[in-house]
Amino acid sequence: MTTNKEILMEIRDLSVEYTTRLGQVSAVDKISFDIYKGEILGLVGESGCGKSTMGKALMRMIQPPGKITGGQIIFDGEDIMTYDDDQMRDFRGRRVSMIFQDPMTSLNPVQRVDEHVIEAIQVHEPETKTETALKRAEKLIQKLGIRKNRMNSYPHQLSGGMRQRVMVGLGLVLNADLIVADEATTSLDVIVEAKLADQLRQIREDFDVSLLVITHNIALVAELSDRVAVMYAGHVVEIADVEPIFDNPLHPYTKGLLDSIPNIKLDEKEVLYKMPGEPPNLTHPPSGCRFHPRCPFAMPICSKYEPDFKEVTPGRQVKCWLYIDHPEKEQATIEVQA
Amino acid sequence: MTIPSENQNNEDYLVQVTNLKKWFPVQTSFIDQLFAEEREFVRAVDGVTFNIKRGEVLGLAGESGSGKTTIGRVTIGLDEKTDGEVIFDGINLSTLSQEQLRKMRRRMQVIFQDPLASLNPRMSLGDAIKQGLEIHYPETKDQHRDIVLEMMEEVGLSPAKFFYNKFPHQISGGQRQRVVIARALVTKPDLVLADEPIAMADVSVRALLLDLMVKLKNDYNLTYLFITHDLATAKYICDRIAILYLGKIVEISDLREVYAHPLHPYTIALLAAVPVPNPHERREEPMPKGEIPNPIHPPSGCRFHPRCPYAQAVCSEKEPELRELRPDHLVACHFAEQFLDS
Repeated sequence: MTTNKEILMEIRDLSVEYTTRLGQVSAVDKISFDIYKGEILGLVGESGCGKSTMGKALMRMIQPPGKITGGQIIFDGEDIMTYDDDQMRDFRGRRVSMIFQDPMTSLNPVQRVDEHVIEAIQVHEPETKTETALKRAEKLIQKLGIRKNRMNSYPHQLSGGMRQRVMVGLGLVLNADLIVADEATTSLDVIVEAKLADQLRQIREDFDVSLLVITHNIALVAELSDRVAVMYAGHVVEIADVEPIFDNPLHPYTKGLLDSIPNIKLDEKEVLYKMPGEPPNLTHPPSGCRFHPRCPFAMPICSKYEPDFKEVTPGRQVKCWLYIDHPEKEQATIEVQA
Repeated sequence: MTIPSENQNNEDYLVQVTNLKKWFPVQTSFIDQLFAEEREFVRAVDGVTFNIKRGEVLGLAGESGSGKTTIGRVTIGLDEKTDGEVIFDGINLSTLSQEQLRKMRRRMQVIFQDPLASLNPRMSLGDAIKQGLEIHYPETKDQHRDIVLEMMEEVGLSPAKFFYNKFPHQISGGQRQRVVIARALVTKPDLVLADEPIAMADVSVRALLLDLMVKLKNDYNLTYLFITHDLATAKYICDRIAILYLGKIVEISDLREVYAHPLHPYTIALLAAVPVPNPHERREEPMPKGEIPNPIHPPSGCRFHPRCPYAQAVCSEKEPELRELRPDHLVACHFAEQFLDS
């Protein structure tokens, strides 16, 4: 699927912390992964695992009391962590844009659709005439399946699906290379969600854009993405192409998660796996591997040391002691077949 | 054919709902009301008929705006109905006085979606659960604490003594939903209205909550009216399911029957839209056009016809009635026969 992989964005040891009354929360803890050109990467995890923080950090949009405390984000050869405010403003929107869960809070209620799109164009390309911008906007909006006469509508006059498509349009109008969709389909009804998923796939084809789809909906990721990154308690615990993740999950959390999600097929998965416990509080994350208190395979070493994010087969990384050697470990290390 | 009137006195049914309607008046300004020819209504529920057998879990499924929550609320008398009849355990609820209805509430409890919004932030968990007992069983006051502790253990808030004096903000989301479940069950109800009870919970916690609900249902001989937008989750708890569209039931039968042999084009689309956690089985078929329309002016005839790929002229003229096309499987579509073979 993703054979000739050209890297668009390299994330290296990225950390984000929030300062709270109860102490420092390490929402994203030294995470490293790549986003390839033209791929749909699904970033899945439960609430509080840091996936939204991760998405915002990629655009350096973490607001106080949160702070990016370390790491690099290399985009097209440049570390955007070194950018100043002006460079960042240009970077956001033009290179990477973001779609959020609730389009109603992202769209300006007193601005029409055409005004939104024209503004987006003219902020980044002030020399563009309004008529030219309008023409571009109309073409794009139609491509997204919204009729031309809807350009004059205000956000509240549109349906939820249409609003979300307008948001997608705002992301595409400047030819961004990467669109971060943070729970973009979550507030939509299932049929509208399915249609938006189809559209996102189509957009990837038509605009040759990369998509980072952040969601808690694992089934949606199976439908939509080329690769999957699974997050748990501020770490990416596994990353691989979508088929191997679902066919043969390696990390016990990935496995537990997949076994616990409902499947509508009548003959499949009649009983759900009941994962013990609940996701941890990140002010005091568990020692060692953060998943060890809920892990059915936990060994003594798991609570002592944090495992590396090891490449077990080409293109597949997993953060688990089951697959890593260590002198203090008694159990045999599992070799993964490619 | 299961026409509910035939089963009027059937002891098997705990709840019999006939032609239930709930219309909400549209808020307009006084001036508009003066000049308007007639008052406009949101037809949230527009004539639904269903029964719930004792010990059964009936699912009400549909998209937002389909009226599923309103049906639940009106059925147990939380909202007043516009028209129709609700018979609970042989008693017509509209014949009851306020006082009698209040007593009846002991037997009909609710679990809402958001446990944090359902719990008083300044009331300890034990006190919150105890409240129902104080209202409905004032005579056994000295046993209340023990009953509550026992109930808390039942729902997995263990050790109960540790949780009794905690407050909602001190526990996790999954535990909060357990408190809400305990509070609903402590009055020993017959019917529990569960309105998206696990939708807010984390994926890894949902399976535990579902399991708990099934266990409690068996232990306490409960009947559930289970409201959900998630057809995949419904598979794990519902015995029967009613698919709603714009205030109407379009299809109702055993869950497995509906999922295996959907007969309404809307049900077919809805089932196909649910993503399957298997990248080898990606959906190919296109989705119906448009979105759920405005319930103030619902489409004429069959309400699904503007979005239906199989619609014909009659669909916009004549409203289809629910009819039995397979044993105990009702569908409201003029052309459902074409799906019998597939």
